Amino acid sequence: MRKLPLIIKREYLAKVRNKSFVVMTFLSPILMVALVVLVAYLTKLNDGDKRIIAILNESDYFTTDFHTTESVSYLRFFDVDLTTAKDSTAQMGYSGLLYIPKEANLEAVAKNAFFYSKEAPNTILLAKIESVFEERLRQRRLQEMGVSQKDFATIDTDFEMNIATFNGEQNLKHINEIKAAIGGAFGYLIMMFIIIYGGFVMRSVIEEKTSRIIEVIISSVKPFQLMLGKIIGTSLAGVTQFAIWIVSASLLLFVAMALFNIDAGTLTTGKTMMPDATGNLAPSLPGSNETLGLYAQEVLKIPLFTLVSFFLVYFVLGYLIYSSIYAAIGAAVDNETDTQQFIFPIIIPLVLAIYVGFFSVFNNPHGPIAVGFSLFPLTSPIVMLMRLPWGVGEGGVPIWQLITSIVFLVATFVGIVWLAAKIYRVGILMYGKKPSYKELFKWLRY
Amino acid sequence: MTWYWETNTNFLFHSNFFPILNPIKGGFCFLTPTTTASFQNKIKHLAIFDKISCMNNILVTKEVTKYFGKYTALDKVSLEIPKNSIYGLLGPNGAGKTTLLRIINQITYPDQGTVWFDGEPLKTEHIAMIGYLPEERGLYKSMKVGEQALYLARLKGLEKDEAKKRLAHWFERLEIGDWWNKKVQELSKGMAQKIQFIVTVLHRPKLLIFDEPFSGFDPINANLIKDEILNLRNEGTSIIFSTHRMESVEALCEYIALIHRSEKILDGKLSDIKKAYKNNTYRVRMAIENGPLFLEEVGVKFNMTNAGYDSVEKQVDFTVQLPSDDSGALLGYLSDKGKVSSFEETVPSADEIFIRTVQEKGIDA
Repeated sequence: MRKLPLIIKREYLAKVRNKSFVVMTFLSPILMVALVVLVAYLTKLNDGDKRIIAILNESDYFTTDFHTTESVSYLRFFDVDLTTAKDSTAQMGYSGLLYIPKEANLEAVAKNAFFYSKEAPNTILLAKIESVFEERLRQRRLQEMGVSQKDFATIDTDFEMNIATFNGEQNLKHINEIKAAIGGAFGYLIMMFIIIYGGFVMRSVIEEKTSRIIEVIISSVKPFQLMLGKIIGTSLAGVTQFAIWIVSASLLLFVAMALFNIDAGTLTTGKTMMPDATGNLAPSLPGSNETLGLYAQEVLKIPLFTLVSFFLVYFVLGYLIYSSIYAAIGAAVDNETDTQQFIFPIIIPLVLAIYVGFFSVFNNPHGPIAVGFSLFPLTSPIVMLMRLPWGVGEGGVPIWQLITSIVFLVATFVGIVWLAAKIYRVGILMYGKKPSYKELFKWLRY
Repeated sequence: MTWYWETNTNFLFHSNFFPILNPIKGGFCFLTPTTTASFQNKIKHLAIFDKISCMNNILVTKEVTKYFGKYTALDKVSLEIPKNSIYGLLGPNGAGKTTLLRIINQITYPDQGTVWFDGEPLKTEHIAMIGYLPEERGLYKSMKVGEQALYLARLKGLEKDEAKKRLAHWFERLEIGDWWNKKVQELSKGMAQKIQFIVTVLHRPKLLIFDEPFSGFDPINANLIKDEILNLRNEGTSIIFSTHRMESVEALCEYIALIHRSEKILDGKLSDIKKAYKNNTYRVRMAIENGPLFLEEVGVKFNMTNAGYDSVEKQVDFTVQLPSDDSGALLGYLSDKGKVSSFEETVPSADEIFIRTVQEKGIDA
């Protein structure tokens, strides 16, 4: 095994000295930050564009309802007819004309009001105007029903259920999502790492085959040593790259924020302005400081040490399982185009894990689906990590599940690496064949 | 219960024995009680185990068999490769040569049979004593020449400093000293072959194995490498050439084995084999006035083939096969008729021997 460090060193250096690897390592954070800055900048630019809306109000209603804000100003026409108003709005280049006709009552006014603009109006703007009308109409109807404004205010109240654990500790509504998101981030990291660096391992094996050096090497070392060295060397290069990415991206982002004077808030408002889709993922934090404090407390309670140590366990085992499969695929084929049929089946469990994680663990971190997938060895590295922020033991992942999952994972690791090594051993010496699954199965018995 | 004589002299390893006189060979042997099954096993073991053969030969394979699924890639191949010799492993493509070489290099393992290296059963440590240049050979394209040679040398177990020293020596010897920092992809094929040769021999292996040694070499490089190989042989290295182009190594080999369809069909000292396969055939060239008439006469008297007549030079040439090795009578007869300019016994080439063996054994080639 004295040769293993040699192989690891070579694979590591071959990877980190590779030009495209160097370019990717240093360019990606710049590109990423540039993209974030660009989006933030554009959002800001977009918002900075002040709209002017002309109002022609012939009715007795809505005289004081439209207030000029930072992004919209309202301008009123008096004593002109609709045609003239339309013409001058168009001429002045205003964003639109709100026409409120004179009718007998509010209902009719609202019904016959019109918004004229050159093109279809901005959705957010329209929603604002609509909400003014809605508010007026509601008040009117309440009045008709004999409910006073004040009474209504007492009805229309926010309600939040008080939730607590059986021990009486206060529970927080969105904490599950926050926890799952933290676990999900770890799980996602594992998936990305497997897909990127597993692919590197595979390409590196193919390169050894096409350059015909493989037989020279394995007349000196065992194929298994070479495979192991390759996987370890490549993943060390990957860890290096990830570390550089994380450090430099956060540095750059910090610098860019300061430089362009972009408030981090801009980005979040940009998000909440989007329709509901992301609403679930980005919970709007309740305003009161007390609740905020509780959230902070709860997040701090996430067993970081447990999480990080199990992240390492699942990361190492999961990555080794998948990258040895990648190595076997690389050995089985002659060029990268032939790899598709084999890669697809190994991507499926990864993607499944992420989806199951996001949909199932978020809803019920200890439900049967979440438990099942966190025991199944090909998905457990991702799904179990999503469950781990709830802690281990009472209220969290039961210890037996954790142990079972790791035992399964280790057993699978041994089995898969053994199978992959067999395919690898035979495959690296096969040239010019496009193997089928049947063929691979035969190799296992050589 | 069966009793059998065991001629193994190393009686210390036997728990139950009593020495008796060996009724067949004389000397002592041991009468050992055993069951029938293990008796058969022992007999088989004794039959294939010949320690002396393992000691004098650098490599011995005993009934090596390898299956790939249902396909038998090697069928009970037994070889003895003498120390300090050049051994030709000859046979057509797909005969099983490379599989055998991979077994010797411990890249794959035999399903049955054993391999002995320098008197010991083949084990991991022997890897460092074998140098193997496979048929499918290449280098890492994006690595620098020196770095790569160093890496490959260290994989064979050389220490860094020692490897550097030896590499410097070889680089100078093959006049490639200034390539150290070049990338492999900048090299021509011939240049890369020199590097491959160096890393194959750098760790001073006891046994060098070349699979299709001269394929892809230009004539100048091929000669250079050939000379270096002969040098190594003279320094005591044993060498195996494996090729389907028999004529390319025939002149170099002292011993050969012919492999055909997973089986060894012939092996031994090349000169002995040639002696056995030559059939008193002589190639004659002589100057004579009336060629056609003379050829007709020879054709009646002898078993003549491949006759030709050059009317400009007044010269005939033909091949005669005699029933015995008494060539004197033929030569006397010919000298009387004209001026013999060339009289040579034709020795069959390895190719011919191969084809004849295949035909004699009734295997269709």
